[in-house]
Amino acid sequence: MSSLALLDVRDLTVTFHRKGARPFTAVDGVSFDVEPGRTVGLVGESGCGKSVTSLAIMGLLPRRGATVGGSVTFEGTDLLTLSASAMRERRGRDLGMVFQDPLSSLNPVVSIGLQVSEVLERHRGLPRKKAMVEAADLLDKVGIPDPRRRLSEYPHQLSGGMRQRALIAMALACRPRLLIADEPTTALDVTIQAQILALLAELVRDTGTALILITHDLGVVAGLCDEVNVLYAGRVVERAERHALFARPRHPYTNGLLASIPRLDGARGERLRPVRGSVNDNIPWRSGCAFAPRCPNALDVCRLVTPEMVADGPGGLLRCHNPVVHTEEVTA
Amino acid sequence: MTESTEPTSSTVDGDVLVDVQGLEVHFPIKGGLVLDRTIGHVLAVDGVSLRVTRGETYGLVGESGCGKSTLGRAMLRLVEPTGGRVVFDGTDLSALRGESLRRMRRRMQMVFQDPLSSLDPRQSVESILVEGMRAHGLDRDRAATATRLRELLSSVGLPASALRKYPHEFSGGQRQRIGIARALTVRPDLIIADEPVSALDVSVQAQVINLMADLQQEFGLTYLVIAHDLAVVRHISDRVGVMYLGGLVEEAGSEALYADPLHPYTRALLSAVPVPDPAVEDRRERILLAGDLPSPAAPPPGCRFHTRCPWRQPERCDTERPELREVLPGQRVACHYAEDIRAGRIQPHEVRPELVEAGATGPLDTSAAGPASVTEILGGP
Ligand SMILES: Nc1ncnc2c1ncn2[C@@H]1O[C@H](COP(=O)(O)OP(=O)(O)OP(=O)(O)O)[C@@H](O)[C@H]1O
Ligand SMILES: Nc1ncnc2c1ncn2[C@@H]1O[C@H](COP(=O)(O)OP(=O)(O)OP(=O)(O)O)[C@@H](O)[C@H]1O
Ligand code: SF4
Ligand code: SF4
Ligand SMILES: [Mg+2]
Ligand SMILES: [Mg+2]
Repeated sequence: MSSLALLDVRDLTVTFHRKGARPFTAVDGVSFDVEPGRTVGLVGESGCGKSVTSLAIMGLLPRRGATVGGSVTFEGTDLLTLSASAMRERRGRDLGMVFQDPLSSLNPVVSIGLQVSEVLERHRGLPRKKAMVEAADLLDKVGIPDPRRRLSEYPHQLSGGMRQRALIAMALACRPRLLIADEPTTALDVTIQAQILALLAELVRDTGTALILITHDLGVVAGLCDEVNVLYAGRVVERAERHALFARPRHPYTNGLLASIPRLDGARGERLRPVRGSVNDNIPWRSGCAFAPRCPNALDVCRLVTPEMVADGPGGLLRCHNPVVHTEEVTA
Repeated sequence: MTESTEPTSSTVDGDVLVDVQGLEVHFPIKGGLVLDRTIGHVLAVDGVSLRVTRGETYGLVGESGCGKSTLGRAMLRLVEPTGGRVVFDGTDLSALRGESLRRMRRRMQMVFQDPLSSLDPRQSVESILVEGMRAHGLDRDRAATATRLRELLSSVGLPASALRKYPHEFSGGQRQRIGIARALTVRPDLIIADEPVSALDVSVQAQVINLMADLQQEFGLTYLVIAHDLAVVRHISDRVGVMYLGGLVEEAGSEALYADPLHPYTRALLSAVPVPDPAVEDRRERILLAGDLPSPAAPPPGCRFHTRCPWRQPERCDTERPELREVLPGQRVACHYAEDIRAGRIQPHEVRPELVEAGATGPLDTSAAGPASVTEILGGP
């Protein structure tokens, strides 16, 4: 499975230690892989560990207070074994990241042009002048109008959508082979979101960059991801190709999420079928299935035995004792 | 500045609870050395007329900064309108002062987006709930109040034991239930809910949406729901108003608006909403809007949407502000060419993005940018 993989995440575990508090495992044995030119989605609700997973891959977790286990193999090298400086080098060159809030990831007192060109100077060894020309090119490519003028502007002078484009330009500056986008459009209006998502899709298509897309919006996933990992309480509970996932969600949590969302094209007035309770009701994974208190399919075994991840359907993986059965077989 | 348009009588049947007429909220922009000079105005709400019928849910959508919250707050006179009026159940609110305004306010309550920041962390749930009742003299008899609070909590799906707890002890969805219960303590007729579910996880969001529907039935409430999530708004609203830069550009029954959007902006907005279904997503056509959202401090002349409108025509669009007029029964649209667009006599065309200065337009940063199409712009590095 991982022979083609650009990135192979195995049993990634992140535990936070805080004084006076019990250690907290935010990411609990997450495994997935990403092939070049593919878009892999990580979805799940607030606090399920999406951002911590991406920060662990990028080596951006605080060195103190967080223990990271498992492996993150990028083209044969386990990134978790690299030194801080080696990892910094990698980040500029092979791995790019786009965050939800572009303002906090741009330097407020350095002009946009300088921020992009610095990346080019540092990682591609371009001289300043050449880097500036290429920076303008990059801004143009991500659809920022009048890029030459924008070079001398500061982040606060750009709109939210344009800042996100500038950040994508910076991430692209090193021609990364893997891009991680963590809720890249959550802070944006839908019309701007549509622009940014189209930009990301085009990027993957044209450059062969692999993309890990982190979002809580299943609509975004449906449009962009080749395959999807659904996270719940720090673990992947279902993995499937996107058409299969949406047509035949097998995990009761995935199924519940889909039934919870009002759809723009759905029947109106129909009552939504929410997942009951909230993540506060979860039980620990080690004593069974964390989702059991909220699960309509729960059996006695679910509170006694932790479900393992098993193969389910072509390319699919599932962690559940009593999955949803879809009677009418969809032929697609 | 005001081009208020009277809703035609056929737009609204039944019993009007709130009648908003040409409402304006213009915030002054202060400048000069000691910030005492008014150098301009943010036209946050600029001539909005709409009616909310008793018992219905009216949804208000539009992108960040278009004036939804300001409109909602102005309807309750939580911000003072600079023009137009709001008639609530036959009474012109702008004429009310002091005690009579306070009495009227009991009948209109607000529910906010962020349940935690709108609840005082040092107050127990009980004291949060009693506060409003006390303010309106509804807390006369202790036993009756206690019964009422317990009933209310059970209506919003919380146990009576919640009364002695504090906001931080609840999850986001539970806190929103508390916010709703607080609004209900004073037996309002109208609830203005500003992004009531957008801070919640989807599984919990659905619980609160269902709850709001149940409470509407149980207490005969009228809702004005402000939200940027169009799928949510469509689901819960009977009628929907779409705002753009301080004005209403389209208003229609929820079903009609989504089935047959007439305003170019509504069309673009709807086409941009992702649908959680890959089969649908794969064959959808998006109308990607070009350019920045102009600043409400300097809205474009004529049709406010003309700088980004793919259907824009050389005549009228940039000179004459279109009035909201009934184009189909019950469907009002502010576009000069709504009929031609609907009939396909006018085709959309490419729009070159115009540059809007985000930093130079005052205290706002709600603009957004981008070319009309991303095709071709990424040649690959
Ligand atoms: N530095 C940290 N120290 C302690 N706990 C942390 C830290 N960072 C994250 N956590 C906890 O880890 C869990 C997972 O957080 P994470 O940010 O990955 O969630 P998420 O899935 O990205 O959620 P959201 O959708 O809200 O962004 C949360 O419970 C969070 O409180
Ligand atoms: N008190 C104020 N003083 C000056 N300008 C204001 C004030 N309140 C709001 N504005 C401006 O008025 C415009 C409309 O703001 P409003 O909050 O009503 O928008 P909104 O549609 O609710 O947006 P969002 O979806 O982001 O909540 C914005 O440009 C905003 O910056
Ligand atoms: S393992 Fe049991 S409780 Fe967990 S999701 Fe499956 S059926 Fe539900
Ligand atoms: S009036 Fe003109 S610019 Fe405005 S929406 Fe209609 S066609 Fe577009
Ligand atoms: Mg996150
Ligand atoms: Mg608002």
